[in-house]
Amino acid sequence: MSVVALKPGYTGEIKDRVENFHGQQLLYIGWEDHLMFCAPLCIPVPPTLPFGALTAQIIPDLYAAHPDASAIDWSKVEWFSSSQPFTPDLSKSLADNGLGHKASLRFRTPGLTGIKGSCS
Amino acid sequence: MNMPISGKPPKKLSLKENYALLTRGLGWETSYESMDKVFPQCDFEGIKIHDWDKWEDPFRLTMDAYWKYQGEKERKLYAIVDAFQQNNGQFNVSDARYINTLKLFLTGVSPLEYGAHRGFAMAGRNFKGAGASIAAQMQAIDELRHAQTQAHTISHYNKFFHGMHDPIHMFDRVWYLSVPKSYFEDAMTAGPFEFVTAISFSFEYVLTNLLFMPFMSGAAFNGDMATVTFGFSAQSDESRHMTLGLEVVKFILEQDPANLPIVQRWLDKWFWRGYRLLALVAMMMDYMLPKRVMSWSEAWGMYFEQNGGALFNDLARYGVRMPKYHDVAAKEKDRLSHETWGIFYNYTHAAGFHTWVPEEGEMKWLSEKYPATFDKHYRPRFEYWRDQQKKGERFYNKTLPMLCQTCQIPMGFTEPDDPTKICYRESHYRDNKFHFCSDGCKDIFDFEPEKYVQSWLPVHQVYQGNCFRPGTDPTAPGFDPLLEVLKYYNFNVGKDGGEYLDSEDKKHWEQWTGKPGVSI
Ligand SMILES: [Fe+2]
Ligand SMILES: [Fe+2]
Repeated sequence: MSVVALKPGYTGEIKDRVENFHGQQLLYIGWEDHLMFCAPLCIPVPPTLPFGALTAQIIPDLYAAHPDASAIDWSKVEWFSSSQPFTPDLSKSLADNGLGHKASLRFRTPGLTGIKGSCS
Repeated sequence: MNMPISGKPPKKLSLKENYALLTRGLGWETSYESMDKVFPQCDFEGIKIHDWDKWEDPFRLTMDAYWKYQGEKERKLYAIVDAFQQNNGQFNVSDARYINTLKLFLTGVSPLEYGAHRGFAMAGRNFKGAGASIAAQMQAIDELRHAQTQAHTISHYNKFFHGMHDPIHMFDRVWYLSVPKSYFEDAMTAGPFEFVTAISFSFEYVLTNLLFMPFMSGAAFNGDMATVTFGFSAQSDESRHMTLGLEVVKFILEQDPANLPIVQRWLDKWFWRGYRLLALVAMMMDYMLPKRVMSWSEAWGMYFEQNGGALFNDLARYGVRMPKYHDVAAKEKDRLSHETWGIFYNYTHAAGFHTWVPEEGEMKWLSEKYPATFDKHYRPRFEYWRDQQKKGERFYNKTLPMLCQTCQIPMGFTEPDDPTKICYRESHYRDNKFHFCSDGCKDIFDFEPEKYVQSWLPVHQVYQGNCFRPGTDPTAPGFDPLLEVLKYYNFNVGKDGGEYLDSEDKKHWEQWTGKPGVSI
């Protein structure tokens, strides 16, 4: 039983199917130990986007207001996909890196621990 | 009316007889349609009721007594509201930051009163027993009264301050108001037994002190006598509602042992949903009241851990245990308000009320109330934000956040055992991923995914293009999506939300009262 409903066999419409996003898919991005940005971010991206565009442009722009942003060394960053350690191929697309619609991507920047080391 | 005129006045009924006729005499077994067809929602939840006559209403309120009491309360309330308005009572509050709690209340809580009116009207229709039905119908009228008295009282503030001009429109659209809206609609779209367990018991009985006490004592501490008065006017109804809540749960549990696991699952679910909703109250208590009543952590300790603990001890004889994840709520109590205020500080440019960095004296209070967490985790970010603001670079988060599929709050809550790590939980269902802020929210989804795959998540709706006014052209040159979303919310852009220190509310307050915009 996946719902308690008056009508037998009731099913619900999945509101956030990828088809509803006009060719884009959703990607969630969270920066570990930097909670001044209160929650992970949600952005629409094309599935063909090369992973390298995230590190070259997109993520630095999203977090530009953080004083640690300019100190990120992308060669040392640790990645997690759905909370599991993950090694992206920067030259490949998000889809070819296994990041589908509503993928949850997190990154840790060793040595950077937010404002005064407070994980802010 | 064709009443025979006998010349003799009818015998006056005793209260007991009157109540018995109302709650037993008005119900009957149907004959030309089956009872199951007349009450189609009574069985699908799996609750078994063998004898509706076992329903006992401790208040035994009859209709004539009900109208009399309520009429008296209305007269008193409106006399005080009139006096408040004539005396410009709105200028006697602590400072204009306080008004933001009223904005949150009017847009986030008053629509729930109206929702409760609808929900109890439906529950009243759907119960087979006339006693339960009458109690639910009286509560439906109470709740309509609460929605009305709140709108009437707060409407006076709307003449002087921003953000209170269109609460119902906002409730159906604004991103953070989807949190209370989805909570209540979850209950209303369940069956009648789950609805009353959720609202009458889990909310009114277990958690209501954590909603009303902070708002009403907060109003009293901050000089808002109008709000105190509608609080008092609703309070006598509340005690009747709380009694109904307890009675409902005991009645269901006494009717059949098979009801216990169903009820326990509802208690677990609605504890967690109600607790998540109270995150808004937590930040109100610790950050939004210029004169503070007590901390969220203290309130949780007193009203849930002590009083709630005693209640669940009492219920243990029915086999009921404490709601699942109450231990997580205890671990979160020193973080909840800070994390939630952080969310609104990030996104206040897209909200209908103002936020601000606490003043130095207020941070001192927070350090004292939260010795284990405030200086270590939160003070550094507030000091940084304050410094940025002094440089003219007030921090606003420009990117929309990831939301929890169940409670719909931005994913700003941290791991139960680590306040430095965001808590991520995930489920897969019908080839889609779904994300949650907590095990509590994930469990709720996993039991009824067909319900929660339908969540109207504001962030996703914006990206789907569903949050613009009709006729908006997103391909037009210079299209500004955030601005268009705020217009869809019917916000006065730049006036309803954003930083308090830069606000027109503060400017007006200082001009009109001659008092400082920040009193402490
Ligand atoms: Fe109410
Ligand atoms: Fe949640």
